[in-house]
Amino acid sequence: MPATRTATKILISNGRVIDPANHTDAVRDIYIADGKVIALGDAPQGFEADLKIDASHQIVCPGLIDISARLREPGQEQKATIATESLAAASAGITTLCCPPDTNPVIDTPAVTEFIRLRAEAAGSARIVTLGALTRSLGGEQLSEMAALQRAGCVGVSNALKPVLNPLILRRALEYAATFNLTVFLYPNDHWLANDGCAHEGRVATRMGLPGIPEAAETAAVAHDLALIEQTGVRAHFCRLTTGRAARMVARAQYDGAPVTADVAIPYLYLSEVDISDFDSHCHLIPPLRTVEDRQQLRDALQQGTISAICSDHQPHEPDAKLGPFPATEPGISGLDTLLPLGLRMVEEHTIELVDLIHRLTVGPARILGLPLGTLSIGSTADICIFDPTASWQLDSSTIRSNGHNTPFLGWEMKGRVTHTLLAGKPVYSLN
Amino acid sequence: MSGHSLQIDSNGQLRHFLCISGLNRQLMTEILDTAESFAGVTEQTVKKVPLLRGKTIVNLFFEASTRTRTTFELAAKRLSADVLNINITQSSTVKGETLLDTLRNLEAMHVDMFVVRHADSGAAHFIAANSAPHISVINAGDGRHSHPTQAMLDMFTIRRVKGPDFGALRVAIVGDILHSRVARSQIHALNLLNTGEVRIVAPKTLIPAHAESLGAQVHHDLRTGIKDADVIIILRLQRERMQGALLPSEHEYFELFGLTEEKLVHASPEVTVMHPGPINRGVEMDSDVADGPRSVILEQVTHGIAVRMAVMSMAMSRREGSTE
Repeated sequence: MPATRTATKILISNGRVIDPANHTDAVRDIYIADGKVIALGDAPQGFEADLKIDASHQIVCPGLIDISARLREPGQEQKATIATESLAAASAGITTLCCPPDTNPVIDTPAVTEFIRLRAEAAGSARIVTLGALTRSLGGEQLSEMAALQRAGCVGVSNALKPVLNPLILRRALEYAATFNLTVFLYPNDHWLANDGCAHEGRVATRMGLPGIPEAAETAAVAHDLALIEQTGVRAHFCRLTTGRAARMVARAQYDGAPVTADVAIPYLYLSEVDISDFDSHCHLIPPLRTVEDRQQLRDALQQGTISAICSDHQPHEPDAKLGPFPATEPGISGLDTLLPLGLRMVEEHTIELVDLIHRLTVGPARILGLPLGTLSIGSTADICIFDPTASWQLDSSTIRSNGHNTPFLGWEMKGRVTHTLLAGKPVYSLN
Repeated sequence: MSGHSLQIDSNGQLRHFLCISGLNRQLMTEILDTAESFAGVTEQTVKKVPLLRGKTIVNLFFEASTRTRTTFELAAKRLSADVLNINITQSSTVKGETLLDTLRNLEAMHVDMFVVRHADSGAAHFIAANSAPHISVINAGDGRHSHPTQAMLDMFTIRRVKGPDFGALRVAIVGDILHSRVARSQIHALNLLNTGEVRIVAPKTLIPAHAESLGAQVHHDLRTGIKDADVIIILRLQRERMQGALLPSEHEYFELFGLTEEKLVHASPEVTVMHPGPINRGVEMDSDVADGPRSVILEQVTHGIAVRMAVMSMAMSRREGSTE
């Protein structure tokens, strides 16, 4: 990012500032200089804005932090690139993206982290942080060089969706990560119980003859992982809970003082197994969409704080990836464009308070990732999202910004439109 | 959902034949009645009618099958259509050609109907949804989901043997329900015809989650499962079920769930025994039963041709009508 741009002084005036980290919810002016928030409310002496943004009737909040977004680079550039997805993120008010290690090549060497960092800098529209591989090549057999990955900037380690089949190796990987105070990001899915299924094992999969993934694939993994987390004392994060039962297990562990957090991806708060009933490959997700009751229990866990982050679980695909018989299609939804609007829809439906929603999209994920972001405190990095909460628009192939158009929400009326995004004090998106 | 609207046009006529769910009793009866009229044809010395003369039907089999493919082929030929058999198990997909590419290539050859068998559930729906509008798709079995012509020929057989009042019947389906597209289609069909009792019988490892929601009573004991049954349908047990720890041995399965003359005493004295074939003798049923007086297994095969002629001609006649 050119240094001259970060020196810009910006005034954001008359916006409703919501900063959950500081319990702020009030109309305030925000003053930005040198990429940082330097004042809220009254102007600092001698402040002369180079750029003024009128945020009247709009909400000003920290830039959104998406704890899981596949950018497909390196390795699957036919689906998307860091450049295309950074731009999409900026237009959706997302300033930080966390990329899981299952790229190709896998993020198990500093070189891959460095490659992603350079691409992100060149794109210049979003901050991209990475999770390093927990085991070499995600193979589940040898430890990765976690200290080197940490030095190269990885904010945590994970084996993504790949299993570590041997519990002894998982134990040692967790211990080794704990040595460096690295957070381990666990995808709770028992490989054997999942048995190559492609849908929740329930009424719908039974009727459709789709190979099922039982609830126990998730709960058994959570129980198993919790035992090792308590044994090793590692800080751990459960990625993409899908069942109410697993959420209750995590709540219990948190109550008992275990250092665990959890997130949910937004499609699981709207969709359920019912949505696959016409073999809609856009609803083919791994882990699978669960029951309507699970969806409600995830919403409850989100509202209660057991789940402290909402992510997009962004997985852009080229059209061909979704063209085939349901089990043969690639799983995942392109989710950057809909992260905030679907969240705001939950506010409208009284599922969650606005300030709690913004918490789960900003400071919640920032704390899980151990980043000093997601707040508008004086002196903090000026990552800012400004949106009009009442503006409505339709998600369709002309409005979607991600390279991946694979979403079951195409055609949905979206409420809430990002008007400006600032990344470290630099405007990276403006609606007009 | 889309399967229902996909396979039936706005006039309520058959456009594709993909699954039983979404059909109504009237349409099912029409298929059975049409099949009855074709059964006469297949019993004549000249076994051909010119209904589909000039039409090209492609048997598109992504999964091996002899019996089903043969009866589809005979059905098409007896309707005077040209038939092309394509086995894709080891050709195009191995070369990296996508399913859609294969379809586009065949469409370019101006074919009129695809008869599709595929190992993935939903494959026939996908092909129907992505084929050119003039093409009809008949599902010859997709994954564990549906095998509607098999279910229809079974209903045809039951109706011939037991008469049209399904309300008076107790039907027990015995075997690997979990992996069976045949069982799913049969349960739907039996329920649409208001069958008095539909039961499924198997150990818990071979019963899918929430199986009762399919519309069947679940039994784990063969004797209670077939008690007073008027029809018993035995499913084929795949040998690989032993590998996946679903069953301990063929021996124990046969002892507990294999149908023998001895166990048949629990069923109605008038019981009819069916099997979609091919039979594993001594695993799911004894030869005495398979070849005995209550068995209609070979009649099922014969009826398969008439039922497939009915479905093909109905789907194609609608296509003719719509272009006029």
